[in-house]
Amino acid sequence: MPVLTFLEAISDALRYEMKRDESVFMLGEDIAEYGGAFKITKGFLEEFGRSRVLNTPISETAILGAAIGAALNGMRPVAEMQFMDFVTNGFNQLVNVASTTAYRWGMGVPMVVRGPAGGGVGGGPFHSRNSEAWFAHTPGLKVVYPAFPADAKGLLISSIRDNNPVVYYEHKGLYRKIREEVPEGEYIVPLGKARIVREGRDASVITYGSMVHESLAAAEDLEKEGVSVEVVDIRTLIPFDEETVLASVRKTNRVLIAHEATLTGGFGGEIAARIADRAFEYLDAPVRRVASFDSPTPFAPTMEKEVLPDRTKILFELRNLLAY
Amino acid sequence: MKTRTTSAKGKPLRHGSGKKASSDIPAVQPMSALGDDDRKKLFLHMLQAREFDMAMLRLYRQGRAFGGVYSQIGNEATAVGSAYAMRMSDALFPMHRDIGGHFVRGQSLEALMLNHTARVGSMMRGTDGTGHYADASKKIYGNVSHLGAMIPVAAGYVLSSKMRGEDTVAMTYIGDGGSQVGDFHEAMNFAAVQKLPLVLIVENNQYAYSTPNSEEFACTRLSDRAIGYGCFGETIDGTDVELVYETCRRAVERARAGEGPSIIEAVTMRMRGHAEHDDARYVPKGLVDEWEKRDPIALYQESLLQRGVMTEQEIADLRKQLSEEMNKAIDDAMALPYPPAEEGKKHVFVD
Repeated sequence: MPVLTFLEAISDALRYEMKRDESVFMLGEDIAEYGGAFKITKGFLEEFGRSRVLNTPISETAILGAAIGAALNGMRPVAEMQFMDFVTNGFNQLVNVASTTAYRWGMGVPMVVRGPAGGGVGGGPFHSRNSEAWFAHTPGLKVVYPAFPADAKGLLISSIRDNNPVVYYEHKGLYRKIREEVPEGEYIVPLGKARIVREGRDASVITYGSMVHESLAAAEDLEKEGVSVEVVDIRTLIPFDEETVLASVRKTNRVLIAHEATLTGGFGGEIAARIADRAFEYLDAPVRRVASFDSPTPFAPTMEKEVLPDRTKILFELRNLLAY
Repeated sequence: MKTRTTSAKGKPLRHGSGKKASSDIPAVQPMSALGDDDRKKLFLHMLQAREFDMAMLRLYRQGRAFGGVYSQIGNEATAVGSAYAMRMSDALFPMHRDIGGHFVRGQSLEALMLNHTARVGSMMRGTDGTGHYADASKKIYGNVSHLGAMIPVAAGYVLSSKMRGEDTVAMTYIGDGGSQVGDFHEAMNFAAVQKLPLVLIVENNQYAYSTPNSEEFACTRLSDRAIGYGCFGETIDGTDVELVYETCRRAVERARAGEGPSIIEAVTMRMRGHAEHDDARYVPKGLVDEWEKRDPIALYQESLLQRGVMTEQEIADLRKQLSEEMNKAIDDAMALPYPPAEEGKKHVFVD
């Protein structure tokens, strides 16, 4: 099995689906000759031609609207946001048109909106946002946020084949940092299935995206002290795999939720509420959360490190949780 | 008022832009494409639209219709003439005052009535109302309330047709109000760059809710925007159904021939308020009186009589028949319940 970076795994999934299904095509800014800002589509123009690797003007509304129209007309478009931050410019298309079409018209909108998100790379307020909670709060959209290359591939293939609009987040800090063996060819990870990435007995960390890796690091630190921490990667926010999360809570009785998105209104609050509602009697301590401080993501490295969650902050909260 | 309103009276304005100069376009186009059967159909669909409108107003006043009732009175010629210029294999993305286009595409009165009154069996299961529905069998894709949102969707629809080598054209609509939404710009620019077979009808009915043209835009005509996009633009009298048809037929032909999108501004008047709760007192009375004289149905009826296409008796019979059909559709719809409550929790996603 080849060892691929997170970024290569995404390219692999896109290439595989475009080869397999002629209705799959990509549109976005600078994705053709230039291969995209992060080179996800490097070589795609030569392989698939200009009409399937479509450069667009800087027009997120047109990109997302056109993707919806193409999806209604038998295609499976994959729209790239050069940075996920810019999805705000096309917000209306996703939350009012794409998300309501199944409900109102009984018609699928098989489209994927994907792109780099997340902080920790000096991107500042406008190239660092984790906006997944906005879309998780919009009925009719599916929301995916993988943490590992193999999952990134398998979940992207599932997203492309899904008949509903999927918002697919790629943490740009993982693009070249994380590599692992990724199955060649057909490889599917179903949407709505969480994965226990580390088994443990004493506490559970429920997390996704970049915080999966920080949580695993914190769990390793605690292992040296004889504490066994379970790490659950939910992988998709919508659909949400409540069963796997609740099973972990019932097993360890202590829960920390970690995400890089800001705290207030973050998806962690939803997870905490579900746990309180369905597994309250299994809890030995209050559910704790680690998330970004409620501010825009600052530019200066000192300040960015201060507001973003990381291994140290997760470790600190895990100790509090275990000491309760 | 601005020149476009006054100059739209009587003779249509013709205004070319982009790669075509206005001088290329003859002042009067031959209407040879239309036969008398076509003319009768145009008249029928305009009457159907008016009849539907009047029925909805009655239902609203009687408290039997709820939500917004958005009259299209004054817009019949534009909605019908434009939709009539399409093939059935083309795709229609209408706005809320384009009910005439639904009749052109063969949508049934019964289906429209169920939809507007949210009764069981309606096309959108009661999830939404008015002309917001889609019917893939008739290639009708309704609007959302966010103006302009469907222009890029229509562009994407024909982008994919073009990718597959099909010759489908999409026609979509916007008002003078919605023309100021950013989606308009992004979509028309994208469509022009990609030379997409898209026809955008700008229904300039003088008011965006209560805001007059003078507070909406500073260009002379909304079709002037075509210059900026490098596509074709034209402004015409939107009360003349055959002129609308002929103008749109040419736009559709250009689109199908790969010449890219067109912006057709059809100048009309919104004869009632934004919706029925709005008495539109902000509109000067004289302006409404002037446009009353240019009622598209009255104008066309006179034209058909003069040309001997229809007789007074035929028209009276047709009106009576439509009225009876409407009353039956209302009675049938009102006899039905609203959908079961639990339907509201179904089908947020498709399988």
